[in-house]
Amino acid sequence: MADAHLKDEIPDFQKQPGAAVDQSVGVTNWSALTSGPGRRTAMEIVAIILVAVVIIGGAEVLIDVFDVEQYVLPRPSEIVTALVSDFGLIWPHLLDTLFELFSGYAIGASIGIILAAVITQFPFAEKIIAPYILLLITTPMLALVPLLMYNMGFGYGPRITVVALASGPMVMINAATGFRRTDLAKIALARSFGASTLQIFLKIRIPMAMPMIIVGLMIGAIFGLLTAVGAEMVGGGFGLGNRLQVFAANIQMPQFFAVVLVLAILGILIYVGFFLIGKKWASWQS
Amino acid sequence: MGGNEAGRPKLAVEGATKFYDTKSGPLHALDNFSIDVRDGEFVCVVGPSGCGKTTLLWSMAGLHSLTSGQVLLDGEVVNGPHPQIGMVFQEANLLPWRSLIRNIHLPFEIKGKQPDANWITHLLERVGLGGFEHKYPRELSGGMQQRASIVRALSFNPSVLLMDEPFGALDAFTRDEMNMMVEQIWLETRKTIVFITHNIAEAVFLSDRIFVMSARPGRLARTFEVPYARPRTLDVMAERDFFEMVNEIKAEIHHGTPAAQTPAAGGQQTVRAHG
Ligand SMILES: Nc1ncnc2c1ncn2[C@@H]1O[C@H](COP(=O)(O)OP(=O)(O)OP(=O)(O)O)[C@@H](O)[C@H]1O
Ligand SMILES: [Mg+2]
Repeated sequence: MADAHLKDEIPDFQKQPGAAVDQSVGVTNWSALTSGPGRRTAMEIVAIILVAVVIIGGAEVLIDVFDVEQYVLPRPSEIVTALVSDFGLIWPHLLDTLFELFSGYAIGASIGIILAAVITQFPFAEKIIAPYILLLITTPMLALVPLLMYNMGFGYGPRITVVALASGPMVMINAATGFRRTDLAKIALARSFGASTLQIFLKIRIPMAMPMIIVGLMIGAIFGLLTAVGAEMVGGGFGLGNRLQVFAANIQMPQFFAVVLVLAILGILIYVGFFLIGKKWASWQS
Repeated sequence: MGGNEAGRPKLAVEGATKFYDTKSGPLHALDNFSIDVRDGEFVCVVGPSGCGKTTLLWSMAGLHSLTSGQVLLDGEVVNGPHPQIGMVFQEANLLPWRSLIRNIHLPFEIKGKQPDANWITHLLERVGLGGFEHKYPRELSGGMQQRASIVRALSFNPSVLLMDEPFGALDAFTRDEMNMMVEQIWLETRKTIVFITHNIAEAVFLSDRIFVMSARPGRLARTFEVPYARPRTLDVMAERDFFEMVNEIKAEIHHGTPAAQTPAAGGQQTVRAHG
């Protein structure tokens, strides 16, 4: 039988069922996902919209009253107008950013999850690798962009690489926290039905890790977006980050803020997307 | 179901001895423990906390190996999880991400077999869980969860059922209810059941025979035959000789070892809390 290290361990049945599970969470708390949008009452939604109306309307009025120059702060209406009328200028760069984000994230996240799944099965290897993962997380990957450009040129290459380097470790560290949650009683249960190591992995360990994997994927995606935009600001040429610099240099503030708005919407879409995924695949956790 | 050959027990534990490797050296959990269980018999194992009951049951289930000795099912050595053995754990141990019915299907998924829908529906109806198939564990009470876990263990129709303090976490009323249910299921299915409990009254109510274990390392201290006719009702618990048997077993557990003479009887052999 594989899972040899299990053979001699008896889970402590005196503990509460949940207590055997490592509830401590890596970089973030699971409540980040469960307490998100969705569970609001109609009242609260109305209030949230009201706040937005007050802030946006207030800004509009105040900017008008105090006659703030457009290059200092454009009016909300001007920003929206710019977004709509100049969307043709922004759109191709949005596609560039999305392409970098998706490619880099796909590479980083899949390597992160696979690495987490493998490494947590070998506690010794995990101990050795942990500090390097921490190094990857704490080092701002943007710092590598000039170096990568020197080696890989001005195209997508360096950006996809840094997005992968920024999102991968985030996904990995959270997924690893998930995979470490070994509930011996549940594994024993599967084994009592004759489950193989692979079946235990597929039917017990992965579902148990799922909430943390989803948290990791969400944080990884948001980190990926930040890094993509940063890399574009450093790298120049194309992408939303680059547009920010171009519009700022040209003092095209409505367009500048229109890009900021697009980025904010992207971030929110990522969050809401993973919130819904979490609801579907990990709601048992809450 | 085998075990019908004259004299051969359904389940036999022969000289079971188990040492755990711990940081502070080998820990002697089970010492030369031998019992025979007849086909269709209901036996309970009781003993002080930490005396090796779970260790024994895990060996019987083939979940871990013995240092020496062996477990025989129908005369054959058990050396891994066996399809004829169903296990019910202390906490219901349902998978929280699966609905009740998908929890019950888990053994079939693992074995690569088609679930026996009729039998499962019958069992669910039998334990009063009909209509709850698509509920998640968190939506069920403790008693319901434990009933579901019994259905799961019976779903693939094993001939032996091993139960490790299945009702330890339930309140007294629910527990009585569960005991009635277990007896009825046993009368219907005639499985061979090995049942571990801290609750002596529960043991006497349920079993044909009770094996009392000594404090760690667990040895067989004494065997009690329970004479009551079946089916039993909760009324037997009020009878005088029922009390006497319960007290005798308690005395056996508390005074069976010199270590247990202190007021905290049996408490010092173990790091575990009492159930
Ligand atoms: N995996 C393990 N490694 C080391 N020691 C263990 C292990 N599992 C159990 N033990 C020890 O072996 C002894 C017997 O444990 P076991 O769980 O079988 O007792 P038990 O009778 O089931 O106790 P309880 O009534 O508290 O459930 C205890 O002293 C326990 O601490
Ligand atoms: Mg135990």
